[in-house]
Amino acid sequence: MPLTVLTDDEEMIQNSVKRWGNQHLQPALVREMEKNERISPSIIQDLFTQGYMCLEIPEKYGGVGLNFTSACITIQELSRVDPSVALVVDVHNTLVVNAIRFWGSKFLQAKYLPKLATDTVSAFCLSEANAGSDAFSMITTATASSDGSDYTINGTKSWITNAREAGLLLVFCNVDPSKGYKGITAFVVDADSAGVHIGKTESKLGLKASSTCQITFDNVKVDADHILGEIGQGYKYCIAILNEGRIGIAAQQIGIAKGCFDVVMPYLKEREQFGIKLVDMPAMQQQYAQAATELYAAELMMYNACRLKENGLPFAKEAAMTKLFASQITEKISSRSIEWLGGIGYTTDTIVEKFYRDCKVGSIYEGTSNIQRQTIAKMMASEP
Amino acid sequence: MKILVGVKRVVDYAVKVRVGADGVNLKNVKMSLNPFCEIAVEEAVKLKENKAANVSEVVALSVGPKQCQETLRTALAMGCDRGIHISTDLRTDYMELQSDAVAKLFQKVIEEKEKDIHLVLVGKQAIDSDCGQVGPALAGYMSWPQCTFASKVDLDGDGLLVERETDSGTETIKVPKLPAVVTCDLRLNTPRYATLPNIMKAKKKKVDTYKAEEFGVDLEVKNKVLEVYEPPSRKEGILVDDVDTLIDKLRNEASVIQ
Repeated sequence: MPLTVLTDDEEMIQNSVKRWGNQHLQPALVREMEKNERISPSIIQDLFTQGYMCLEIPEKYGGVGLNFTSACITIQELSRVDPSVALVVDVHNTLVVNAIRFWGSKFLQAKYLPKLATDTVSAFCLSEANAGSDAFSMITTATASSDGSDYTINGTKSWITNAREAGLLLVFCNVDPSKGYKGITAFVVDADSAGVHIGKTESKLGLKASSTCQITFDNVKVDADHILGEIGQGYKYCIAILNEGRIGIAAQQIGIAKGCFDVVMPYLKEREQFGIKLVDMPAMQQQYAQAATELYAAELMMYNACRLKENGLPFAKEAAMTKLFASQITEKISSRSIEWLGGIGYTTDTIVEKFYRDCKVGSIYEGTSNIQRQTIAKMMASEP
Repeated sequence: MKILVGVKRVVDYAVKVRVGADGVNLKNVKMSLNPFCEIAVEEAVKLKENKAANVSEVVALSVGPKQCQETLRTALAMGCDRGIHISTDLRTDYMELQSDAVAKLFQKVIEEKEKDIHLVLVGKQAIDSDCGQVGPALAGYMSWPQCTFASKVDLDGDGLLVERETDSGTETIKVPKLPAVVTCDLRLNTPRYATLPNIMKAKKKKVDTYKAEEFGVDLEVKNKVLEVYEPPSRKEGILVDDVDTLIDKLRNEASVIQ
């Protein structure tokens, strides 16, 4: 089947999310949440009610049991209206929930998946002030008690998305720095544990409504049965989960680009200068046709990466290429969109200036563009 | 009480249709649940959630091609319990299958398949054919009371109290006893979203399919559509210089005053 032909389920979901997004994420609310630098709690609750926070959680744990493509479709459609809201859904589903599904013990799954499905937002705590692209150089430690029944976490994580809303944190710590990255272990931590301090909220260029904070762990005790998977395997898990998580970011970027076109095309068809509709002006045609072509390519890359993953085929290279490309074209399209709208594009009367600011981080988070290219290059070099 | 809700699959309200040699071109056009049917589904589900109404089951009924199963699925996702699909490849946008046949199919379903229906809720009209006839025709065939263009439906003893919107205002009708047919207008309610969990649960709900021919209803076209064309594009208005000229034009050109 062509990549852009969705299954009945996926189409139903696309329609449902589109409808919910258009009706509940009205421009005034989106701007208000941006101004307050906070997503409205009722929207967070709605995300749960609508099932957007449990897309791939199996039904037996209270989830919707859908596939990864459905998650990307949801993220894309939400991004068309508010990429900050989409990001909550993206990080929660593609990074934390999926990590627990893949490597969590039956105990952790049974304890947390139902909560993550119904009312608990999660955050992915990997980066630190001095450990960004070089995530493995992290210095947050988890020290085992003498009998190994619990661990004490100390350190500060930076740039944590969903920090203020999260009830559950997936925290990557080193249990044995002498082993270097092979000591990195993932812990599932209740956000209300003693010693967890949500620190300063970053004041960002875009995605302002999304909470991005430092989180300090001050002698936070965690039971050993809250280790995700195995000790010392955390580095593998974070690479693996980011490999797929970045497809979700690509979906966000693509959604933003589509959101730009949603505003631009009707405008071009209506606006006239020199007696010609802008949509018919040759110079404009060249630009928007090129942009639409690049967007189409990015979308196909995203769907293909999803399908490769769903079919158990290798997809890491394609995922990196997708995120790299999607963030690049969206940066261009959002910038052009402001130009196409002219003066009003530069004002807050339209949403494209927000999209321009929102999408910039696309080339930074979940692996910078340089890291993506390096990943792709390494894979190419090791191919026979 | 058991409720039957009619749900029609129609061209999505936002689509700008094109007219071809065979009428409106439906190829590759986005189709959706008729908005007024959606309001009917919402009312049925609301009644089900109202303990006082004592609704045992809400059954959704759709007549059309196999894609009607998706339309039924939306109704099931909104809260209907079961679906019935009467399958036919006849065009349901008035070109082939028309209101009288549909009303008779509904009648057959009530008489032969779902024998204890107390209330039929349908949209006031479908946005493709705009006939508004199935509800009243069905009531006629069943000899049931009917309330059309309902903007409010309340339980009232063994019956209903229904407010209808008419051109001269709102009137309240008392239906002393069920069963009855109610057709739903725009302001009756605001339909809920089908949440993703409900969409997935709807997959497990039962949908029975019957062929339209099984019921022995005359499905033949009764009103032949001779021609379908777009309305003439609106001509530009003109500016007049004074009231006298305006009156002259209104009287002699537009013929809207004597």
